[in-house]
Amino acid sequence: MRGHGTYIENEKVVSSVAGVVDRVNKLISVRPLHTRYTGEIGDVVVGRITEVAQKRWKVDVSARQDAILMLSSINLPGGVQRRKQESDELQMRSFFMEGDLVVAEVQAFFGDGAYSLHTRSLKYGKLRNGSFISVPPALVQRCKSHFHSLACGVDVILGLNGYIWVSAHVPQNLDEIDTELVYSNKNKEDITPRDRESIARVGNCIRALADEFIFINDTIISFAYEASLQYKLKDMNKKEIMHAIATEATTAVDNMKG
Amino acid sequence: MSRAELLSPEGLRIDGRRPAELRKITSTTCVLSQADGSAYLEHGNTKVLAAVYGPREARHRALVLHDRAILNVELNVAPFSTGERRRRSKNDKRLLEMASFVKQTFEPVVIATLYPRSQIDIYLQVIQHDGGTLQACINATTMALIDAGIAMTDYVCACTAGWVEREAAIDLNYIEESSDTSEVTIAMLPKSSKITLTQMESRLHVDKLEEVFRLAGEGCKQMYEVMDKTIRDRAEDLARKMAV
Repeated sequence: MRGHGTYIENEKVVSSVAGVVDRVNKLISVRPLHTRYTGEIGDVVVGRITEVAQKRWKVDVSARQDAILMLSSINLPGGVQRRKQESDELQMRSFFMEGDLVVAEVQAFFGDGAYSLHTRSLKYGKLRNGSFISVPPALVQRCKSHFHSLACGVDVILGLNGYIWVSAHVPQNLDEIDTELVYSNKNKEDITPRDRESIARVGNCIRALADEFIFINDTIISFAYEASLQYKLKDMNKKEIMHAIATEATTAVDNMKG
Repeated sequence: MSRAELLSPEGLRIDGRRPAELRKITSTTCVLSQADGSAYLEHGNTKVLAAVYGPREARHRALVLHDRAILNVELNVAPFSTGERRRRSKNDKRLLEMASFVKQTFEPVVIATLYPRSQIDIYLQVIQHDGGTLQACINATTMALIDAGIAMTDYVCACTAGWVEREAAIDLNYIEESSDTSEVTIAMLPKSSKITLTQMESRLHVDKLEEVFRLAGEGCKQMYEVMDKTIRDRAEDLARKMAV
């Protein structure tokens, strides 16, 4: 049977992309390694708002079309769950503006293959206090959690679309979040220079790993962070240092596995 | 101006090649970090850089097709690419024509119906020009599209051939090209040996056409071997890195 990445010619299944073959019983598909994001329902993605339209936002999630975030699939401010009102439609830019970064979940597909997102959980929403990194989507694997707090006091959100958000740690108690603040545009005030350096360092570690095309998860990021501590932050963009950090991190992971 | 001797008495060409010999080909993919797919290709001294972006959200709403992706090709020739420094305008008719050749060549090969409402941008940059720009552009585009993981039914391999003095020869360089040689560029799908592009701007005797075509076809097959090796090596390399 013909899966993704193949086509049929003369009753034979032929690959249409360069990649690795996946076989599930009789279904044969070819997965390209270096390509844009192809999503599944339930994926956690990081995206950037590109357009505010009628009752919806367009979000760039590095897929082949912009994803759509409906006004009805976000948590409206005001505490209690409520239906959207006309006033919400008129002040959509006060929730998300063009250029804002959001973390969301893929909720459904539209007929043409575009994704519909939702942010109806306090985990999701606008991103603040950090910096953005883009890596090839194939490097981020599906796992139990995509929200990680690293030991160095940095939070990382690994979007399955290869967009990664590295931010200062914000203690979260999901019961006590002020819903008014979910859409605020202000960074928290007490981000120390040390926090900033950690964010930059973790960001550079992720870049170093992506440069070597190594899978990115919280374990390897922590190891890469430890490996990077012997270098100055400003040297971390040098090719040979990036390579050294990535190698050291992979060996550490291998040792841990035994 | 006395015409240069293009074919030596021993049957060697001006750069020492035999008539059916390609120039040295160097190719790499994934040379740009920002692009979804990219390739750098050298045919001897002809050097081309191809970048593919997409499939991505189409920029012009009016052009969007609801059942397939649109291809957009832009070609740029660096001012320092030729012996004489010359800046070409973006609307140079020859460049636009060449870009549309590339576009037409790839439209039947890219499975665009898999990517409705999107756009695939192909940007080509000629860094050095030493004959055979069109073939280099097509070959580089093939590799960049494959690197971007875009579904295609086959490779597209292009090769030029021409009638140099008394013999058919392939992969003409700039001197051969510019000294009044009739030249044919063909683009071929190596799996089925179908031809998706034939381009000729000068006159060629019909008796010689078959020989020139045969030779160009053989050149395409050789091109395919080189490109396929680069692509496979790259895919294996990535798969190995990810297996760690």
